[in-house]
Amino acid sequence: MIDISELLDAIKSSPYREIVVAAPHTGRMSFAALETGMCVHGPQGQWKEMPGTTLGTLEREGNPKPICAPENGEICRIHKELDGGFVEAGAPLVVLRHMLTRDEVQRIILQKTLYLFRAPERAKYYFTPETDKKIRATDAHSVTIRDGMELFIMSRMKREVPLHYAGPDGVIYEIYFKYNENLDAGAPLIGVCPRDHLHVIQDMIARVQTEWTET
Amino acid sequence: MHNNIEKRLQNLRERLAYITDIFTGKHKDSVTLLEERLASFAGRALSGACESAYAELSGVEDIFAYVERRLEKTLTPMDRVRVVRHPQRVCLRDILENVYDNFTEVGGQDEHSLDPSMLIARAVITRRRGKKTYMQSVMVIGQEKGHGAEYRNGGSVKPWGNAKALQYMGVAETEGIPIHAYIFTPGSYPIEDYPGAAQQIARNIYNMAGLRVPVVAVISEGGSGGAEAIGLADRRLMLSHGYYSVISPEGAAAIEGRLKNGQRASPELIEHCAANLKIQAEDNLKFGYIDRIIQEPPLGARPWHFDFFRSLRQELIRATDEVVISTRKTPVLRGLALARHRNPENDIDHLYIRWGLSGGAKTRLVQRRQRKLLRLSRQAARDRRPFLTKTATAFWDWISKPWVVFKYDFYRKHQRWITTLMEEINNEIDMFKYRLLSPWRKFSRRLPNRTENKAKELTALSSWKEDSRSRRWDYLSPRYKADRTLTCPNSESYGCLDLWGPDLFAEFAGVCSHCGYHFPMEPEWYVRNVFDTGSTFEFNSEIEAGNPLDFPDFSERISQAKKKTGAKSGCMTFEARIDNIKMVVVMFMGTFRGGSVGAAEGYKFVEAAARAAKKRYPFLAYVHGTAGIRIQEGTHGLIQMPRCTVAVRRYIEAGGLYMVLYDTNSFAGPVASFLGCSPYQFAVRSSNIGFAGPGVIKETTGMDIPPKYHRSYRALSRGHIQGIWDRRQIRANLKQALLTIGGRNLYYR
Repeated sequence: MIDISELLDAIKSSPYREIVVAAPHTGRMSFAALETGMCVHGPQGQWKEMPGTTLGTLEREGNPKPICAPENGEICRIHKELDGGFVEAGAPLVVLRHMLTRDEVQRIILQKTLYLFRAPERAKYYFTPETDKKIRATDAHSVTIRDGMELFIMSRMKREVPLHYAGPDGVIYEIYFKYNENLDAGAPLIGVCPRDHLHVIQDMIARVQTEWTET
Repeated sequence: MHNNIEKRLQNLRERLAYITDIFTGKHKDSVTLLEERLASFAGRALSGACESAYAELSGVEDIFAYVERRLEKTLTPMDRVRVVRHPQRVCLRDILENVYDNFTEVGGQDEHSLDPSMLIARAVITRRRGKKTYMQSVMVIGQEKGHGAEYRNGGSVKPWGNAKALQYMGVAETEGIPIHAYIFTPGSYPIEDYPGAAQQIARNIYNMAGLRVPVVAVISEGGSGGAEAIGLADRRLMLSHGYYSVISPEGAAAIEGRLKNGQRASPELIEHCAANLKIQAEDNLKFGYIDRIIQEPPLGARPWHFDFFRSLRQELIRATDEVVISTRKTPVLRGLALARHRNPENDIDHLYIRWGLSGGAKTRLVQRRQRKLLRLSRQAARDRRPFLTKTATAFWDWISKPWVVFKYDFYRKHQRWITTLMEEINNEIDMFKYRLLSPWRKFSRRLPNRTENKAKELTALSSWKEDSRSRRWDYLSPRYKADRTLTCPNSESYGCLDLWGPDLFAEFAGVCSHCGYHFPMEPEWYVRNVFDTGSTFEFNSEIEAGNPLDFPDFSERISQAKKKTGAKSGCMTFEARIDNIKMVVVMFMGTFRGGSVGAAEGYKFVEAAARAAKKRYPFLAYVHGTAGIRIQEGTHGLIQMPRCTVAVRRYIEAGGLYMVLYDTNSFAGPVASFLGCSPYQFAVRSSNIGFAGPGVIKETTGMDIPPKYHRSYRALSRGHIQGIWDRRQIRANLKQALLTIGGRNLYYR
């Protein structure tokens, strides 16, 4: 049994993710006029077409390249000692503290609590007709699955093979694929949780959605 | 209060609101005076304190009329822009109801239309000669602003609206009835959905250039491409308070002030641009781009100005009659009829002229329209050719005409039987030689070593020496000298490694070796690397871009561009060869003020098209880059859209092959006219083609557009262009296209 309060407390005690912006290649680094504690933004626009705040410029062979912030966040460290000097590829330049959003917290929680069954190879996936009927009739939460159960049909190049579920018993909490779409090998198909955990997880998600404040 | 008084009071209130709107805070004293008079009269009329209400009301109305007349003299160009955009201004439906005797709306009704901003109607004008009544039909096409109705979109026509207009122009042509076009648009709606704003306008202009019925256009608000889409006419009338301009004053201010996304231009800058763009009716009449001004009542026509509708009707009928009369063959009869019609004493409703034209008259009509447009705007370009050169060119032109006529109209026509005859004669000679030399052949066959060469030729490998694949570039971009690396813009998505400049700009021809992205190259690169070495011959290089409107500070900017590029204008015209296929090329250079097109560029384009037609060469427009019409030249620039399209149409109809090749960024006016009308358009990879840039689309439509909206691949899927070429393959592809599209003689009729 997972302890939700503990999990939530753990996230609440450090409600951010630290992103280390490193040099993509060697070059001479010059930082923009930024200070520790300042807020920067990541790529913006409907298509993320506008790059984030420029953190500095890395110049190699007369080719200055802007280094932009990958996410919204607050600067918690700038390696000012590298300013104007030569840096190696992979050298940390700036550390950003990205405050977690509601969706990100939800994703972390689900990652910790659900068992993800992944696609074994690149193909299109479908539920078997019985399962499909059940999901359509009620919802995914009502479908109980066991280890070794025939759950999917894997379809590739007109070849259809049944796929057996392997993992802990439980109910389907979330479906991560759509019909008629190709999935890469390793992409999650479904998230499974034990039946008695179901309401606990639902509670927790509800709490995150209502209580978590985004900055 | 009497109902009638209430009605007239309401009218006065509207007039007051109108004055307040168009002067936006100016002339406060006049406005307060009118407000006070109106309020005091209304108060007393309501309480019944007036003794003679009608007399007092007339007094108030007289004051209104007086103030309006006085304010009329203070109208600035920007005030006029506000006049034409005001919801109270006359709109097309008012004109249909008051000018024509009857009408039926076709192609949609109100909001149930393909595009409610484009209104099309079949209308009827009734005229009387003696006791007989004549009904004359016209096709009315125009933008409808609908007194500010939301769904009319302010008269901003979407591409499919322009397509609808074109369709009904075709209908009018079939039925042989004149077209009356009413231009009430701030500009076209700049989206690239099929058929594409630029492409549809280009089609419209191209078709109007050869429309075989009389066309009369009336301009109230003539904004740029939207106006040209239905504005190519035999007679262009303009309302005295209208404007006709290459760009809205706000757009001009945004360009002049170099404003970035979201910034707003200051009112002073907008006012300054409106004043300097020479957008008013008098200016355009002086330049010759319109034929007549229709006087409006003080502060502009509104739906209750019935006298205005009457004079508009008279002018319209007169203009249509004049167009019809001017196609008559006999000069004496034509002169007499024209004189009668131009006499303002005559009541035009009682002079009946048939509006149908005979076949010959239709041809003359189109020819007159085309020649008239080609004559325009010459004075706006500076022709610096010495007098002797000009005379020599004209003389050579005249003297070489008979030779050209003999070569193409006589020899080429009868070529087949001449060649057949020559072949027959040759065959006879060959047979004679064969018989004559047969004893010698018998003897030589016995000699040794005769077969060895043959065997070697058949078995040895072919050599690569002459292969064009090993050809090096003749011209290298000067940027190859800089010892630095460059980042490909696609490196984020494709993971391209940095490219070393000396490699990129020399051997790679500016193409990323990983993803194939094309870095922009100089115009010289194409001139030297695409065409045969030493085959280019430039002409008309002395025609210079100037500052015909005396736009403030613009002369310096033009001379700076001249100094920077070493060219006299943004357009270079030359003759060139590809593997000995001769052609005339016109190149728009993106390096000269963004490749914008003004009077000089248009002049050179028209001359080049005429030269290609005369010499029977293919005509290639290579667009290294164009930002649109040069806005600082105002209507001098805008008129190049129909003008150059007419030149293209004349060339194509004479049987020529016109091809367009786009590179880097090609936008706005030129793409929406003489470039976009070509049946064969190609693009170089990584080029952008469109009507308006992302900033303008965001500003006018409020829509965010995706980052790759203008890529040439989208233009290809839409059917605007026919293919996308790699820069390194331009020469080979051009030759291929010339041989396949142009045929063996390259002059395909």
